[in-house]
Amino acid sequence: MTTKYETVIGLEVHVQLNTESKIFCGCSTEFGKEPNENTCPVCLGLPGTLPVLNKKVVDYAIMAGLALNCDIAEYSKFDRKNYFYPDLPKAYQISQFDLPVAENGEIEIETEAGIFNIGVTRVHLEEDAGKLIHEGSIDKSKGSLVDYNRTGVPLIEIVSEPDMRTPAQAKAYLTELKMIMEYLDISDCNMEEGSLRCDANVSLRPVGQEEFGIKAELKNMNSFSAVEKGLEYEVKRQQGLLDEGKKVVQETRTWDESLNKTISMRGKEEAHDYRYFPEPDLVPLEIDAAWKEEMRKEIPELPREKYKRFIFELGLPEYDAGVLTGDKDLSVFFEEVLSDYDDPKNLSNWMMGEFLRLLNENSHSPFESGVSPINLAKMLKMIDQDIISGKIAKEVFEKMYNSGKDPETIVEEEGLKQISDQDELDNIVDAIIEDNPEAVEDVENGKERAIGFLVGQVMKETRGKANPGLVNQMLRDKLMN
Amino acid sequence: MIDKKDVEYAAGLAQLKLDEEEKEKYTEQIGEILNYVDKLSELDTDDVVPTAYTVPMKNVLREDQVKESLLREKSLANAPDEKDGHFRAPKIMSD
Repeated sequence: MTTKYETVIGLEVHVQLNTESKIFCGCSTEFGKEPNENTCPVCLGLPGTLPVLNKKVVDYAIMAGLALNCDIAEYSKFDRKNYFYPDLPKAYQISQFDLPVAENGEIEIETEAGIFNIGVTRVHLEEDAGKLIHEGSIDKSKGSLVDYNRTGVPLIEIVSEPDMRTPAQAKAYLTELKMIMEYLDISDCNMEEGSLRCDANVSLRPVGQEEFGIKAELKNMNSFSAVEKGLEYEVKRQQGLLDEGKKVVQETRTWDESLNKTISMRGKEEAHDYRYFPEPDLVPLEIDAAWKEEMRKEIPELPREKYKRFIFELGLPEYDAGVLTGDKDLSVFFEEVLSDYDDPKNLSNWMMGEFLRLLNENSHSPFESGVSPINLAKMLKMIDQDIISGKIAKEVFEKMYNSGKDPETIVEEEGLKQISDQDELDNIVDAIIEDNPEAVEDVENGKERAIGFLVGQVMKETRGKANPGLVNQMLRDKLMN
Repeated sequence: MIDKKDVEYAAGLAQLKLDEEEKEKYTEQIGEILNYVDKLSELDTDDVVPTAYTVPMKNVLREDQVKESLLREKSLANAPDEKDGHFRAPKIMSD
């Protein structure tokens, strides 16, 4: 990339809140039901119906606002955003225009290039629209099938300041937002299922120029990698135009995953004039200090704070801290084990090694495996106390994972206890010495490495159960004196 | 003041088709209404906080509880067209 231009990116992120019922009616928000099963006169927009706001939706929006370091509005209201589209049965979306629930926040993100603060302009509440299935492609279809199950599912829209300068920063910001929402437990944040959606405004300007360049709005980026790839493509495209002395056209562009490029939606979209006005069917919200404080208490330690604590208080490497706090359940699991076991680095090694390997292989989340935090703590203590060897522990761990049994039972049932009894090992060690005259000679001639070979033979003979340190010592005593 | 262009624009947004006679008529009528309402701007409102809502009520909320939805047959009963449990809308994009 040349350094002639500076990229400016702002993101608009929609987050579906995981309430039981919709924002303005009692219909279920359950995903995957038959089309139009979760509908009623309110969310179908039938005449004469009235919306009633779900309290939990406001609770969640306040939590999100606080977690993003926003000011929470003392007075907030809803507005109608008017447009015609079949996914919107009322021909308007209930949203918030000038008095959103939260404003003026910021979050800290980290990329390979360093740590950055990204401003959060606002967090506002709105209802989701329905889902359209076009008969044929969107521009050639004769009609569209409409499923209103998603209509009225609560959303928050989080609008960032145009503070990001690289696609990598945008990805890091989106990742941080997702983690925060997951830690708050207010959304499933599944981009593939659409519970987290991201649009981006992208523009380029000559380095040193204060005024923003002409922006394109990017839509339809349905995964984290699509966000990064879509933005990278768009930056290159605009740079090409500017280099040729052409102008960027202000327009909406859609990311096409299969073509790996962004495509203009110009002409396929009508110019919007939403004519916002206050929603007369909903009374205003007043959020007092008590309500705000009640919600503040619901906010757990957030990923960034936890990440720093894992590094500075537990002494974990940045990489470990990043992996462990990158998934809320993984961090909870880690801390539950830690309440019974006090070697964070050793625990981290096990979790990032064997545990993550098995979780990934089985597509499990941390609490779906047979390993409970208490049992993992027990197993690690058994290693530390020389009851089992580290090697045998891997076998024990896999058995715990698959059976849900505790490690003591497995070690007992399978006879996996480490042999640390010198008398028991004596015959085996003697037999190995007997069977390997060459190696023995090497040892006697001072070749240290041959000891390792002999220890290995004893381990093999005992199927990994011998205490390797003890065997090493015994061999030395027998051969080197 | 509003002119015919404003009426055509507003009619377009509302997806209304007006003939020339209607456009003239509505331009005049809407103009009269706006002139009438305009009288309010004679009032000095410098020290008045803009009103977002006129009824003295706030925080009307319900608990997050699922209630039974409509039977799908009923939801679809008023639809002019339906297919496979969906509402069917005419094509969206104009040529």
